[in-house]
Amino acid sequence: MAGQTFEQIPEFNKKQAAPGAKEGLSNWSALTNVPTARNFREFLLIVGVAILVIGGIELIVRVFKVPNYVFPAPSGIFNALINNFDTLLPHILTTMTSLLIGYAIGAAIGILMAGVITQMPVAEKVITPYIILLVTTPMIALVPLLVLRLGFGLEPRIVAVGLAVGPMVMINSATGFRRTDQAKIALARSYGASTLQIFTQIRFPMALPMIIVGLMVGGIFGLLTSVGAEMVGGGQGLGTRLVYYSSLARMESFFATILVVALIGISMYVFFYIVGKRWASWEA
Amino acid sequence: MSVAESNPPVLAEANDAQNIRIHIDKATKIYQTKTGQTHALDNFTTDIHDNEFVCVVGPSGCGKTTLLWAMSGLHPLTSGTILLDETPITGPRPEIGMIFQEANMLPWRSIMKNVLFPFQIKHIDPRPYQDRIDHLLEVTGLKGFENKYPRELSGGMQQRASLVRCLAQDPSVILMDEPFGALDAFTRDEMNLLLLDLWSERKKTICFVTHSIPEALFMADRILIMTPRPGRLAREFIVDLPRPRDVDMQTSPYFIESMKEIKSIIRAGDSKKDQ
Repeated sequence: MAGQTFEQIPEFNKKQAAPGAKEGLSNWSALTNVPTARNFREFLLIVGVAILVIGGIELIVRVFKVPNYVFPAPSGIFNALINNFDTLLPHILTTMTSLLIGYAIGAAIGILMAGVITQMPVAEKVITPYIILLVTTPMIALVPLLVLRLGFGLEPRIVAVGLAVGPMVMINSATGFRRTDQAKIALARSYGASTLQIFTQIRFPMALPMIIVGLMVGGIFGLLTSVGAEMVGGGQGLGTRLVYYSSLARMESFFATILVVALIGISMYVFFYIVGKRWASWEA
Repeated sequence: MSVAESNPPVLAEANDAQNIRIHIDKATKIYQTKTGQTHALDNFTTDIHDNEFVCVVGPSGCGKTTLLWAMSGLHPLTSGTILLDETPITGPRPEIGMIFQEANMLPWRSIMKNVLFPFQIKHIDPRPYQDRIDHLLEVTGLKGFENKYPRELSGGMQQRASLVRCLAQDPSVILMDEPFGALDAFTRDEMNLLLLDLWSERKKTICFVTHSIPEALFMADRILIMTPRPGRLAREFIVDLPRPRDVDMQTSPYFIESMKEIKSIIRAGDSKKDQ
């Protein structure tokens, strides 16, 4: 609040909805508002439709003799996944390594910067355009340059993932940190809370739902960037397998690799879904 | 026959030569906002005695909340002083408990964790207070709801939980900022009676801000009537109703006459401002 001399007239509560009404964001993210099966019948319906869709594709491919290079049969993709898993595993580990390292660095810096920057209104206004620039520019575009600078190892990928994740986490977290509820801060202050206590006990928990959303979206962006970077850079990693299999027209293996990438993405999503349900369900 | 006539009027304790707990001297507050100055509180002077129940009543935007926030040490005054036990209030004081508009529960904490929030902030071990907390939860009807989250409770229950949170450490002064304003009339009556019960159980100095004249009459020993912005003290009104109060008093002739009188005082302040 450096240089801020304006005061706020304590009228903040008047605009709020009646107690008991939903407060804050109606939902902490559209991504977390996924309808799930309510009972066994709905579950059977969902599974049944999935079997029908996959079986339908299998049937169409077989009946119309769709060439392998146009679209392989689901059974072929599944077989390729099982048969090639041993050769894919080191690539999975490579992708996961660059993804997790880049993600951890990017997310940590993103949350930290969001926490600091939202406390300095002027600095926030200066920095935000650059953050938006970083969010909207696909970081894969930087990979050729990063490869030139950092070589063909994990480093350019880690940097690219960090650059993709950091701004995304930051921009969402900042939205969370900006949601200051003067009454709750006043409550803490009335018990003599320090600035640090207000941050850890009020501002951070209030921002947490948005931070989790940022981590979730950032994770998806990070995966995108790490696989994309591998496609450009070569060497090891799931991205390199995609290029390799498609160049050999091994479509079953190609789609099996895509399936692996999708599974990584879905696991990240499910992880943050569970984290959100545990730590941010008060908002929903 | 009104209650006031049937019992010889017992004048409020405020009239007894008692200790002055809070001394407010020429309290003035001018907010510097982006849109200019707002003169919220002007030369407000009064004394609040030990164990007195004072209500501050006035129209919206008359500086009631400003006064209370200055008393709590959350916002500084532009000029004037407020003394608690003869020392100036410059920041939050442990003797003071504050109840906010609406319940102000922390939605990410269970009811029990909300109640323990002040202990956590002050680094106080809550175990010696456990009996008191249990008793308060019992009295407020929140037993069995300790592990629920605020959103699972009604507005009235949330505000009762905030009473427990405030009273857990037994503050000797309680400042209440339109605490029951958002509740429906029945819940509000219920909350008023609960507060009076708690107050008679353990006397405290209470300063209660409200925009409801009947609520002020029902609760207070003394009512401070304020004029619209800038908030000035228009008059003090000593409430001549015996304790314990009950809801039937709200329809007594004395009650209705007093309401009329207070309304006319506020209206007179309004017209004075227009001139």
